[in-house]
Amino acid sequence: MDPAAAKLIGAGLAAIGLGFAAIGVGNLFGQFLQGALRNPSAADGQFGRLIFGFAVTEALGIFALLIAFLLLFT
Amino acid sequence: MASTNGAEGGMPDPIHQFEIKRLLPLEIFGLDASFTNSALFMVLTAAAIFGFLIFATRGRSLVPTRLQSLAELSYEFVAKMVRDAAGKHGMQFFPLVFTLFMFILIANMFGMIPGAFTVTSHIAVTAALSLLVFATVIIAGFMKHGLHFLKLFVPSGVPIYVLPLVSLIEIVSFLSRPVSHSVRLFANMLAGHITLKVFGGFAVMLIGSGTYAALTPLPVMMAIALTALEFLVAFLQAYVFAMLTCMYLNDALHPSH
Repeated sequence: MDPAAAKLIGAGLAAIGLGFAAIGVGNLFGQFLQGALRNPSAADGQFGRLIFGFAVTEALGIFALLIAFLLLFT
Repeated sequence: MASTNGAEGGMPDPIHQFEIKRLLPLEIFGLDASFTNSALFMVLTAAAIFGFLIFATRGRSLVPTRLQSLAELSYEFVAKMVRDAAGKHGMQFFPLVFTLFMFILIANMFGMIPGAFTVTSHIAVTAALSLLVFATVIIAGFMKHGLHFLKLFVPSGVPIYVLPLVSLIEIVSFLSRPVSHSVRLFANMLAGHITLKVFGGFAVMLIGSGTYAALTPLPVMMAIALTALEFLVAFLQAYVFAMLTCMYLNDALHPSH
Protein backbone atom coordinates (compact mmCIF):
# COMPACT_ATOMS: atom_id res chain seq x y z
CA MET A 1 0.00 0.00 0.00
CA ASP A 2 1.11 3.53 -0.69
CA PRO A 3 2.55 4.89 2.60
CA ALA A 4 0.78 8.25 2.18
CA ALA A 5 -2.57 6.52 1.70
CA ALA A 6 -1.90 4.25 4.68
CA LYS A 7 -1.19 7.32 6.80
CA LEU A 8 -4.48 8.91 5.83
CA ILE A 9 -6.40 5.71 6.57
CA GLY A 10 -4.61 5.44 9.90
CA ALA A 11 -5.54 9.03 10.77
CA GLY A 12 -9.17 8.24 10.00
CA LEU A 13 -9.06 5.12 12.15
CA ALA A 14 -7.48 7.07 15.01
CA ALA A 15 -10.27 9.62 14.84
CA ILE A 16 -12.80 6.87 15.68
CA GLY A 17 -11.49 7.09 19.24
CA LEU A 18 -13.03 10.54 19.52
CA GLY A 19 -16.46 9.01 19.08
CA PHE A 20 -15.97 6.81 22.12
CA ALA A 21 -14.75 9.78 24.11
CA ALA A 22 -17.97 11.52 23.04
CA ILE A 23 -19.98 8.60 24.46
CA GLY A 24 -18.07 8.97 27.71
CA VAL A 25 -18.62 12.72 27.95
CA GLY A 26 -22.30 12.36 27.11
CA ASN A 27 -22.68 9.65 29.70
CA LEU A 28 -20.94 11.84 32.27
CA PHE A 29 -23.18 14.87 31.79
CA GLY A 30 -26.28 12.71 31.46
CA GLN A 31 -25.59 10.94 34.73
CA PHE A 32 -24.78 14.23 36.39
CA LEU A 33 -28.07 15.76 35.26
CA GLN A 34 -29.93 12.67 36.42
CA GLY A 35 -28.42 12.98 39.85
CA ALA A 36 -28.73 16.77 39.90
CA LEU A 37 -32.45 16.70 39.12
CA ARG A 38 -33.06 14.20 41.89
CA ASN A 39 -31.24 16.33 44.44
CA PRO A 40 -30.74 19.85 43.05
CA SER A 41 -29.40 21.25 46.33
CA ALA A 42 -26.38 18.91 46.23
CA ALA A 43 -25.63 19.53 42.54
CA ASP A 44 -23.56 22.69 42.91
CA GLY A 45 -21.16 21.01 45.31
CA GLN A 46 -20.33 18.36 42.72
CA PHE A 47 -19.57 20.78 39.91
CA GLY A 48 -15.82 20.53 40.49
CA ARG A 49 -15.94 16.75 40.20
CA LEU A 50 -18.07 17.00 37.07
CA ILE A 51 -15.56 19.30 35.39
CA PHE A 52 -12.71 17.10 36.56
CA GLY A 53 -14.33 13.99 35.12
CA PHE A 54 -15.08 15.85 31.91
CA ALA A 55 -11.47 16.93 31.50
CA VAL A 56 -10.07 13.47 32.21
CA THR A 57 -12.52 11.80 29.81
CA GLU A 58 -12.06 14.40 27.13
CA ALA A 59 -8.28 14.04 27.37
CA LEU A 60 -8.53 10.42 26.17
CA GLY A 61 -10.37 11.55 23.06
CA ILE A 62 -7.77 14.25 22.58
CA PHE A 63 -5.04 11.57 22.67
CA ALA A 64 -6.74 9.84 19.74
CA LEU A 65 -7.02 13.16 17.91
CA LEU A 66 -3.33 13.78 18.60
CA ILE A 67 -2.41 10.49 16.91
CA ALA A 68 -4.54 11.47 13.93
CA PHE A 69 -2.79 14.85 13.71
CA LEU A 70 0.64 13.25 14.08
CA LEU A 71 -0.14 10.91 11.19
CA LEU A 72 -1.48 13.74 9.05
CA PHE A 73 1.11 16.43 9.62
CA THR A 74 4.44 14.74 10.35
CA MET B 1 3.22 16.00 3.24
CA ALA B 2 2.98 18.21 0.20
CA SER B 3 -0.81 18.15 0.03
CA THR B 4 -1.13 19.99 3.35
CA ASN B 5 1.50 22.60 2.59
CA GLY B 6 -0.32 24.73 0.09
CA ALA B 7 -0.68 22.42 -2.90
CA GLU B 8 -4.50 22.58 -2.76
CA GLY B 9 -5.73 26.16 -2.66
CA GLY B 10 -3.33 27.55 -0.07
CA MET B 11 -4.19 25.51 3.04
CA PRO B 12 -1.90 26.97 5.74
CA ASP B 13 0.32 24.52 7.54
CA PRO B 14 -1.32 24.00 10.98
CA ILE B 15 1.93 22.83 12.59
CA HIS B 16 3.83 25.97 11.67
CA GLN B 17 2.58 27.87 14.75
CA PHE B 18 4.48 25.54 17.09
CA GLU B 19 7.85 26.15 15.47
CA ILE B 20 10.61 27.19 17.88
CA LYS B 21 12.75 30.07 16.67
CA ARG B 22 16.06 31.12 18.16
CA LEU B 23 15.90 34.79 19.10
CA LEU B 24 19.29 35.05 20.83
CA PRO B 25 21.58 32.17 19.86
CA LEU B 26 23.59 31.04 22.87
CA GLU B 27 25.70 27.97 23.48
CA ILE B 28 26.97 26.95 26.90
CA PHE B 29 29.42 24.03 27.07
CA GLY B 30 28.14 22.59 23.81
CA LEU B 31 24.49 22.78 24.95
CA ASP B 32 22.07 24.82 22.92
CA ALA B 33 20.75 27.31 25.49
CA SER B 34 19.42 29.86 23.02
CA PHE B 35 16.77 32.34 24.06
CA THR B 36 13.84 31.10 21.94
CA ASN B 37 10.33 32.40 21.38
CA SER B 38 9.21 29.69 23.81
CA ALA B 39 11.50 31.13 26.49
CA LEU B 40 10.30 34.64 25.64
CA PHE B 41 6.68 33.67 26.27
CA MET B 42 7.60 31.88 29.49
CA VAL B 43 9.31 35.07 30.68
CA LEU B 44 6.27 37.10 29.59
CA THR B 45 3.98 34.71 31.47
CA ALA B 46 6.03 34.90 34.65
CA ALA B 47 6.31 38.69 34.34
CA ALA B 48 2.55 39.03 33.83
CA ILE B 49 1.83 36.93 36.95
CA PHE B 50 4.39 38.86 39.02
CA GLY B 51 3.10 42.19 37.79
CA PHE B 52 -0.54 41.28 38.36
CA LEU B 53 -0.08 39.88 41.86
CA ILE B 54 2.28 42.60 43.08
CA PHE B 55 0.22 45.41 41.56
CA ALA B 56 -3.09 43.95 42.77
CA THR B 57 -2.01 43.43 46.37
CA ARG B 58 -0.14 46.73 46.69
CA GLY B 59 -3.07 48.63 48.20
CA ARG B 60 -4.15 45.86 50.61
CA SER B 61 -7.37 47.73 51.35
CA LEU B 62 -10.01 46.19 53.60
CA VAL B 63 -12.62 46.68 50.91
CA PRO B 64 -10.73 45.25 47.92
CA THR B 65 -10.52 47.02 44.62
CA ARG B 66 -11.52 45.10 41.52
CA LEU B 67 -7.96 43.99 40.79
CA GLN B 68 -7.32 43.05 44.39
CA SER B 69 -10.47 40.95 44.58
CA LEU B 70 -9.35 39.17 41.40
CA ALA B 71 -6.05 38.28 43.08
CA GLU B 72 -7.87 37.21 46.25
CA LEU B 73 -10.30 35.17 44.17
CA SER B 74 -7.50 33.23 42.49
CA TYR B 75 -5.81 32.68 45.86
CA GLU B 76 -9.03 31.47 47.48
CA PHE B 77 -9.84 29.25 44.50
CA VAL B 78 -6.54 27.39 44.64
CA ALA B 79 -6.49 27.31 48.45
CA LYS B 80 -9.94 25.68 48.51
CA MET B 81 -8.85 23.16 45.90
CA VAL B 82 -5.73 22.23 47.90
CA ARG B 83 -7.68 21.96 51.18
CA ASP B 84 -10.40 19.81 49.61
CA ALA B 85 -8.14 17.44 47.70
CA ALA B 86 -5.01 17.20 49.88
CA GLY B 87 -6.32 18.06 53.33
CA LYS B 88 -5.02 20.50 55.91
CA HIS B 89 -1.44 19.23 55.63
CA GLY B 90 -1.54 19.83 51.91
CA MET B 91 -1.46 23.57 52.49
CA GLN B 92 2.32 23.45 52.88
CA PHE B 93 2.40 22.69 49.15
CA PHE B 94 0.05 25.54 48.35
CA PRO B 95 2.83 27.73 46.84
CA LEU B 96 3.75 24.95 44.39
CA VAL B 97 0.15 24.33 43.31
CA PHE B 98 -0.62 28.04 43.05
CA THR B 99 2.49 28.65 40.94
CA LEU B 100 1.70 25.75 38.64
CA PHE B 101 -1.93 26.80 38.27
CA MET B 102 -1.14 30.43 37.53
CA PHE B 103 1.72 29.61 35.18
CA ILE B 104 -0.30 27.16 33.11
CA LEU B 105 -3.41 29.35 33.12
CA ILE B 106 -1.61 32.49 31.99
CA ALA B 107 0.53 30.59 29.49
CA ASN B 108 -2.61 29.05 27.98
CA MET B 109 -4.31 32.44 27.88
CA PHE B 110 -1.28 34.03 26.20
CA GLY B 111 -1.45 31.22 23.66
CA MET B 112 -5.01 32.24 22.76
CA ILE B 113 -3.77 35.59 21.43
CA PRO B 114 -3.61 35.14 17.64
CA GLY B 115 -0.03 34.81 16.49
CA ALA B 116 1.28 34.21 19.99
CA PHE B 117 3.27 31.14 20.93
CA THR B 118 1.67 28.57 23.24
CA VAL B 119 4.27 27.47 25.75
CA THR B 120 2.19 24.55 27.03
CA SER B 121 1.79 23.04 23.57
CA HIS B 122 5.29 21.60 23.85
CA ILE B 123 5.80 18.28 25.60
CA ALA B 124 9.20 19.45 26.83
CA VAL B 125 7.56 22.15 28.96
CA THR B 126 4.67 20.08 30.30
CA ALA B 127 6.93 17.07 30.93
CA ALA B 128 9.25 19.26 32.99
CA LEU B 129 6.29 20.50 35.04
CA SER B 130 4.87 17.02 35.61
CA LEU B 131 8.29 15.56 36.47
CA LEU B 132 8.64 18.34 39.05
CA VAL B 133 5.36 17.23 40.61
CA PHE B 134 6.34 13.55 40.39
CA ALA B 135 9.70 14.19 42.12
CA THR B 136 8.00 16.36 44.75
CA VAL B 137 5.52 13.58 45.52
CA ILE B 138 8.23 10.93 45.88
CA ILE B 139 10.57 13.11 47.96
CA ALA B 140 7.81 14.47 50.18
CA GLY B 141 6.35 10.99 50.65
CA PHE B 142 9.65 9.43 51.70
CA MET B 143 10.58 12.40 53.90
CA LYS B 144 7.29 12.38 55.72
CA HIS B 145 6.62 8.66 56.05
CA GLY B 146 9.94 6.96 55.28
CA LEU B 147 9.41 3.43 54.01
CA HIS B 148 5.74 3.59 55.01
CA PHE B 149 5.29 5.58 51.83
CA LEU B 150 5.49 2.23 50.01
CA LYS B 151 2.14 1.33 51.60
CA LEU B 152 0.75 3.34 48.72
CA PHE B 153 1.33 0.23 46.59
CA VAL B 154 -0.20 -2.16 49.12
CA PRO B 155 -3.85 -1.22 49.60
CA SER B 156 -5.40 -2.44 52.83
CA GLY B 157 -8.24 -4.94 52.77
CA VAL B 158 -7.13 -6.76 49.64
CA PRO B 159 -7.06 -10.58 49.85
CA ILE B 160 -3.48 -11.86 50.02
CA TYR B 161 -3.68 -13.99 46.85
CA VAL B 162 -4.50 -11.04 44.58
CA LEU B 163 -2.19 -8.63 46.41
CA PRO B 164 0.82 -9.11 44.06
CA LEU B 165 -1.37 -8.34 41.06
CA VAL B 166 -2.94 -5.29 42.72
CA SER B 167 0.49 -4.02 43.80
CA LEU B 168 1.80 -4.42 40.28
CA ILE B 169 -1.15 -2.44 38.91
CA GLU B 170 -0.65 0.25 41.55
CA ILE B 171 3.05 0.55 40.72
CA VAL B 172 2.42 0.76 36.98
CA SER B 173 -0.31 3.35 37.49
CA PHE B 174 1.99 5.35 39.77
CA LEU B 175 4.81 5.30 37.24
CA SER B 176 2.56 6.27 34.35
CA ARG B 177 1.30 9.34 36.19
CA PRO B 178 3.90 11.82 34.89
CA VAL B 179 3.22 10.58 31.34
CA SER B 180 -0.54 11.07 31.45
CA HIS B 181 -0.18 14.24 33.53
CA SER B 182 2.05 15.93 30.95
CA VAL B 183 0.51 14.49 27.78
CA ARG B 184 -3.01 15.55 28.84
CA LEU B 185 -2.08 19.23 28.98
CA PHE B 186 0.21 19.12 25.96
CA ALA B 187 -2.21 17.19 23.72
CA ASN B 188 -5.17 19.36 24.67
CA MET B 189 -3.37 22.55 23.79
CA LEU B 190 -1.79 21.10 20.64
CA ALA B 191 -5.01 19.58 19.32
CA GLY B 192 -7.06 22.68 20.14
CA HIS B 193 -4.71 25.03 18.35
CA ILE B 194 -4.38 22.73 15.34
CA THR B 195 -8.18 22.48 15.10
CA LEU B 196 -8.49 26.27 15.18
CA LYS B 197 -5.89 26.56 12.46
CA VAL B 198 -7.52 23.87 10.32
CA PHE B 199 -10.89 25.64 10.41
CA GLY B 200 -9.18 28.94 9.66
CA GLY B 201 -7.53 27.19 6.73
CA PHE B 202 -10.94 25.92 5.50
CA ALA B 203 -12.15 29.53 5.40
CA VAL B 204 -9.09 30.61 3.42
CA MET B 205 -9.54 27.72 0.99
CA LEU B 206 -13.26 28.41 0.51
CA ILE B 207 -12.91 32.13 -0.07
CA GLY B 208 -10.39 31.44 -2.83
CA SER B 209 -12.46 28.69 -4.46
CA GLY B 210 -14.81 30.91 -6.48
CA THR B 211 -18.03 28.87 -6.69
CA TYR B 212 -18.23 27.90 -3.03
CA ALA B 213 -17.03 31.25 -1.61
CA ALA B 214 -20.57 31.86 -0.26
CA LEU B 215 -20.01 29.01 2.22
CA THR B 216 -17.07 30.83 3.87
CA PRO B 217 -19.06 31.99 6.97
CA LEU B 218 -19.58 28.35 8.05
CA PRO B 219 -15.95 27.54 8.96
CA VAL B 220 -15.52 31.08 10.31
CA MET B 221 -18.44 30.59 12.71
CA MET B 222 -17.06 27.18 13.64
CA ALA B 223 -13.67 28.78 14.35
CA ILE B 224 -15.32 31.40 16.59
CA ALA B 225 -17.21 28.73 18.53
CA LEU B 226 -14.02 26.69 18.85
CA THR B 227 -12.17 29.76 20.14
CA ALA B 228 -14.73 30.05 22.94
CA LEU B 229 -14.30 26.33 23.67
CA GLU B 230 -10.53 26.76 23.67
CA PHE B 231 -10.78 29.47 26.34
CA LEU B 232 -12.77 27.00 28.44
CA VAL B 233 -10.20 24.27 27.78
CA ALA B 234 -7.33 26.64 28.61
CA PHE B 235 -8.83 27.24 32.04
CA LEU B 236 -9.96 23.64 32.55
CA GLN B 237 -6.58 22.14 31.78
CA ALA B 238 -4.86 24.48 34.23
CA TYR B 239 -7.50 23.50 36.80
CA VAL B 240 -7.11 19.79 36.08
CA PHE B 241 -3.32 19.97 36.22
CA ALA B 242 -3.45 21.69 39.61
CA MET B 243 -6.19 19.34 40.82
CA LEU B 244 -4.21 16.23 39.88
CA THR B 245 -1.14 17.72 41.56
CA CYS B 246 -3.22 18.04 44.75
CA MET B 247 -4.40 14.43 44.45
CA TYR B 248 -0.88 13.11 43.94
CA LEU B 249 0.33 15.18 46.89
CA ASN B 250 -2.54 13.72 48.91
CA ASP B 251 -1.10 10.26 48.17
CA ALA B 252 2.29 11.42 49.41
CA LEU B 253 0.83 12.85 52.61
CA HIS B 254 -1.62 10.06 53.39
CA PRO B 255 -0.21 6.96 51.67
CA SER B 256 -2.36 4.31 53.37
CA HIS B 257 -5.67 4.93 51.61
